[in-house]
Amino acid sequence: MPSMTEAVPLSWVLLLAGALFCIGLFGALSRRNTVGILLGIELMLNAVNINLVAFWRYLEPNVVAGQTFALFVVTVAAAEAAVGLAMIIAIYRSRQTVNADEVDSLRG
Amino acid sequence: MTEITIPPIDWRVATQLCIIFGWASVLLIIALFVPRSRIRVVGYLAIAGLVVAAGAGIPFWGGSAETFGGMLRLDTYSMMLNWLFLAAAAVVIAYSLNYLPKHGIEHGEYYVLVLFATAGMMLLAQGGDLIVLFLGLELLSLTLYVLTGFAYPRETSEESGMKYLLTGAFAGGFIVFGIALIYGATGSLNLAAIGDTLARAALAAEDRTYLYAGAALIVTGFGYKIAMAPFHMWAPDVYEGAPTPVAAFLSVGSKAAGFAALVRFLVEAMGSQWPVWAPALATLAIATLLLGNIGALIQNNVKRMLAYSSVGHAGYMLLGVLAAGAPGGMAGQRGVEAVLLYLLAYMLTNLGAFGVLIALEQRGELTWDINQFAGLWARRPLLASAMAICLLSLAGVPPTAGFWGKFYVFTAAWQAGFGWLTIIGILTAAIAAFYYVRIVVQMFTAEPSRETPAETDPALRAGLVIAIAGILVLGFMPAPAIDLVQRSVLATVGGQ
Amino acid sequence: MLADYLPILVMLLVALFVAVFVIVLSRYLGPQRPTRRKLMPYESGMEPIGPGQRRFPVKFNLVAMLFILFDIEVIFLFPYALVYKQLGVPGLAAMGVFFVVLVIGMIYEWRRGALEWE
Repeated sequence: MPSMTEAVPLSWVLLLAGALFCIGLFGALSRRNTVGILLGIELMLNAVNINLVAFWRYLEPNVVAGQTFALFVVTVAAAEAAVGLAMIIAIYRSRQTVNADEVDSLRG
Repeated sequence: MTEITIPPIDWRVATQLCIIFGWASVLLIIALFVPRSRIRVVGYLAIAGLVVAAGAGIPFWGGSAETFGGMLRLDTYSMMLNWLFLAAAAVVIAYSLNYLPKHGIEHGEYYVLVLFATAGMMLLAQGGDLIVLFLGLELLSLTLYVLTGFAYPRETSEESGMKYLLTGAFAGGFIVFGIALIYGATGSLNLAAIGDTLARAALAAEDRTYLYAGAALIVTGFGYKIAMAPFHMWAPDVYEGAPTPVAAFLSVGSKAAGFAALVRFLVEAMGSQWPVWAPALATLAIATLLLGNIGALIQNNVKRMLAYSSVGHAGYMLLGVLAAGAPGGMAGQRGVEAVLLYLLAYMLTNLGAFGVLIALEQRGELTWDINQFAGLWARRPLLASAMAICLLSLAGVPPTAGFWGKFYVFTAAWQAGFGWLTIIGILTAAIAAFYYVRIVVQMFTAEPSRETPAETDPALRAGLVIAIAGILVLGFMPAPAIDLVQRSVLATVGGQ
Repeated sequence: MLADYLPILVMLLVALFVAVFVIVLSRYLGPQRPTRRKLMPYESGMEPIGPGQRRFPVKFNLVAMLFILFDIEVIFLFPYALVYKQLGVPGLAAMGVFFVVLVIGMIYEWRRGALEWE
């Protein structure tokens, strides 16, 4: 049995991460709903995690920096989601909408 | 089972950070038990913490040390920036002491959040590792999102907070993806180690692609944070919607911290790649100078005008960053000095200008139309002259702090071989002078269109006096500040 | 190497084909005589009452937010759990600091009433 790193080349994993990042980017840019935008951003961050763990596993399996960083990214993503959700609730309470294009009292 | 030994920690490096983090956590609990009517005490305690942290740094000035395996650095560069951040936070808290109750948003958390944001900025200045830079950036950004939306029932505040969060989180995604790519290309997250790897040998073609893509993503992400064109579109909306002291904090602290980290990343890690990134960054600098200053030209809302002008100032600082990366030691060091001096002048000036805006702001009435300033000299001569000094300093008129900042940046860029860029900088500075002077003319010559009562309180006055005195002292006697800046050396890879 | 994954691909394709085939077949071959009663959502034979999507009170959202934060922070305990013996007392001290920070957050949300349900 070949090992996992031999069977699956690094570039495939990177392609997966890149595709996921682009899907997240597209979601963040195209969604009207702010919750949808946040979801897109979370997807981008998760693509980063795939990248980090892949680079760690394929290139530097002895240095855990990549893994550690992935943990930090997960934590930060959670904090960001929490702040984002709190703000969405606050906006919803005052305007009864969570759509980004209807929240437009500031212009310029 | 092998014992893992944790390397000894050099506490000198983390002293200021520990004080701010610890004090912020303690204040969070104290704020819970202080009765609502006396919550202002928390603000005084926060200022006390900032002063103690600033004082705690004095014994460590001059050296260069690192700890946590190179994750945290303390060199004169980061120490100088730490002091800037602490001072800015103290002035912002002084501004807020009466602003918050006046607008009915006085909560103890505000001061705690300002402290945490300051800690995030210090992490950005001291970080020697991409993980720390990322954490500092996110700590700063998350607290600023909340602070921007702090005036809760006011819709514009909530909206600008949301906008800032969405663009900021977006930029965070870019930065972290870029970091992952750079980690893949060089196998390290430590800035010094990355710099070593890149300086030692040329990378394989594939790794070079990762490296450049990663660096581009990181610069884009930081571009959002420092409001660099074409990633500046959030700035005017956020500045307008945020509570004014928070807008002041955003415009100075967030920008200074972004630049601190950008300089460290570009010079320390990517220094050997300067020929590659310099042309790209130069293009962005031109775009920033033009878009920021021309955008400011057409604004009638003074708060938005200051936002666009802060975009323009980011352009001038980018000139310094470009020079900072230039090979050949001397030019590079001058670039770092130029960025620091410019940041110092910009910080004092913007804090002063926003202070005047706070004095003019009324509850429930949120216009900063330029007509508000008409005839201010006749009504409030002191406020008008303070604003005039700030605006002239922003325009770079001698003898103010802003002049020396611009002078230093232009000479640094010129010496590094960016002649044409310097000329564009000078031209845009001339455009900028026009819209600053327009307000000055309004204040001194126009008849008051209507009575705008302006209120000041001792804390606000103290903050304003510090800012204005700083501008004038730096303007008339630049030698001590330049001396201080010249000692602020980025401990580079070779210098450890 | 790649060939090892071929059976999985074949399996996927077969499963996809069978599922799509059966659904399409019944759609076109089966007789369809829809009535109002047949088109109603199935609720165990009862008449459906009210809209299908109920709105949750905002309180759930708050609890979910707090849960996410504390849940995610626990991931820092997993690496520590793997090496706590090797790390010894300094590691314990470091995790102690981590816990103190968590507890401060906990005290804060408790005192602010975020944990009260009513």
